[in-house]
Amino acid sequence: MEIFVCIKQVPDTTEVRINPETNTLIREGVPSIVNPFDENAVEAALQLKEKHGGKVTVITMGPPQAKEALKTTIAMGVDEAILVSDRAFAGSDTWATSYTLSQTIKKLGKYDLIICGKQAIDGDTAQVGPGIAEWLGIPQLTFVVKAEVNGTKLIAERMLEEVNEIVECPLPAVMTVVKQMNVPRLPSLKGMMKAKKAEIKTLSASDIEADAVNIGLNGSPTNVVKIFTPPPKGGGETLSGEPDEIVDKLIAKIKERKII
Amino acid sequence: MSIKILLDKCTGCTLCVKACPFAAIKIINRLAVIDLDTCTLCGACVESCKFNAIELKKELGGSDHDLSHFKGIWVFAEQREGKIQSVAYELLTEGKKLAGDLKTELSAVLCGDPTIEEEVEHLFSYGADKVYLVTHPELKHYHTAPYARAIAEAITKYKPEIMLLGATTLGRDLAARLAIRVGAGLTADCTGLAIENRLLQQTRPAFGGNIMATIQTPKHRPQMATVRPKVFKKIKVESPKKGVVIKFTPALRPEDLLVKLLEIVEDESVKINLAEAEIIVSGGRGLGEAKNFKLIEELAAVLGGAVGASRATVDAGWISAHHQVGQTGKTVSPKLYIACGIAGKIQHLAGMQSSDTIVAINKDPDAPIFKVATYGIVGDLFEYVPLLTRKLQEFRG
Repeated sequence: MEIFVCIKQVPDTTEVRINPETNTLIREGVPSIVNPFDENAVEAALQLKEKHGGKVTVITMGPPQAKEALKTTIAMGVDEAILVSDRAFAGSDTWATSYTLSQTIKKLGKYDLIICGKQAIDGDTAQVGPGIAEWLGIPQLTFVVKAEVNGTKLIAERMLEEVNEIVECPLPAVMTVVKQMNVPRLPSLKGMMKAKKAEIKTLSASDIEADAVNIGLNGSPTNVVKIFTPPPKGGGETLSGEPDEIVDKLIAKIKERKII
Repeated sequence: MSIKILLDKCTGCTLCVKACPFAAIKIINRLAVIDLDTCTLCGACVESCKFNAIELKKELGGSDHDLSHFKGIWVFAEQREGKIQSVAYELLTEGKKLAGDLKTELSAVLCGDPTIEEEVEHLFSYGADKVYLVTHPELKHYHTAPYARAIAEAITKYKPEIMLLGATTLGRDLAARLAIRVGAGLTADCTGLAIENRLLQQTRPAFGGNIMATIQTPKHRPQMATVRPKVFKKIKVESPKKGVVIKFTPALRPEDLLVKLLEIVEDESVKINLAEAEIIVSGGRGLGEAKNFKLIEELAAVLGGAVGASRATVDAGWISAHHQVGQTGKTVSPKLYIACGIAGKIQHLAGMQSSDTIVAINKDPDAPIFKVATYGIVGDLFEYVPLLTRKLQEFRG
């Protein structure tokens, strides 16, 4: 089974900076990690491979330093990691990103299953996984908490608001996974040695034969026009007194606010 | 999207004419000709053609010169088991304001099996001028592909300038697919909407709520956004008009029906859906052990609220993951959020800090939860939670 995992390198800290000219985030110089949900995606891929055989390929679109994130996944045990990197991809929103990743997967050949984390912790959009599915014209199963492959079928349990639903679809398909699915394995010592030596293949916009109108800023219908720090909540009040008094005060406040 | 016949490959064989569900293709001088006004870009002809003579390309919708063809605001009326979800009414209420600013019409799009028609009147009572009623037996239960097919068909035909969906699991799954198909800009999980220079200004938290970003889609239509439930209040209009109902049946195709529902796994512990709740009482590690969630459940019950939980308690197996609030769980925005024994890690705050009123009960005065709390109680939850429950019971009689 040919499994692709799409990952994103995200800033580790809550300290984010903004380029005031382009209104985009400056990712250079910020310590980076593999998006935590994507580690669950890698783990899911490795478990499926262990059961059914095949190959796990990880891809990411990003600047050259995103190689570090790919190396983390090699240390976890994936077979191959590919960086899709080109100045022409800069400024991509989810439209352009999902196009670029889908185009990369198409160029790399046969695919049975594509796994993504449910969303990235920086942008929190959850839009790239379904976007890839649409570009490839294959089914998507999002928010998956359990998955198994049975022959040419994917059977997955999706975690919704109040219930879970178990669905099946034929492969190839895209699935996005939630944190509750598994506990990502730690890199092994052998894996870390392998990662250190690993050559990361890098593909450019022309390597994946990307259509220039669909990538980077050109292929991104949304523009960030303003970034700002949310106004501090403020007005927070610590209620004091005896427990009885405190609770009476609280109930009075809640009533005042017409909540009850 | 755009479609064209590659004239050097077309043989005039008429297969596409037969395949087109909309009778939009004619053979003229032994070549296929597509009537672009009738065509919905469904792609049925592309598959039927044995000569690869029809090219359907996804491309960004609208362009500088034809934006004026896109008019009106659409709200996706999410329904589950035949019942329209509260977020649809919240979006209609907000959509009404936006439609006023744009001097345009507000419409709801309701998909389901034919029995869903009974729900239409509710949409008018929350201000819809028009309802697009999309019915098909395969639309009874939500699956991505048939819904995306149906709504993409409607968007291509009726050209709304704005489309709003709830940022629920369903809304986010659908919107992401739809935006690529129709070539729209899409902004996720918005907490603020406004109109400026006729453009939708979409404000949303990013980086776990540490920054806010305002996003617009200047050159492409529709401008699509998913909006966090409970951020806007739902308000019925005073004298609702019986608006226009536009019915249609989408042309679903076999590849839209590949995903099959096998089973729904109910979670008995979920009494009230977190995302729809006006009041949420959440418990954290401070509860000490699973059985103490009973205190949280009792307080939630007297308030008519839902039970939430921190990640630590879910990981410890004290409560099911459907209750989890935070970045790995649900993002909620109720009128009242009561955090009991929750320290308030950034990931938890990301999931609840847009709540109207936040009450924090925690022994540790330095717990980060107090930074976002409207009212803080520094003390033992085992003392305060039962006391609050009892006094509220007395108050309620």
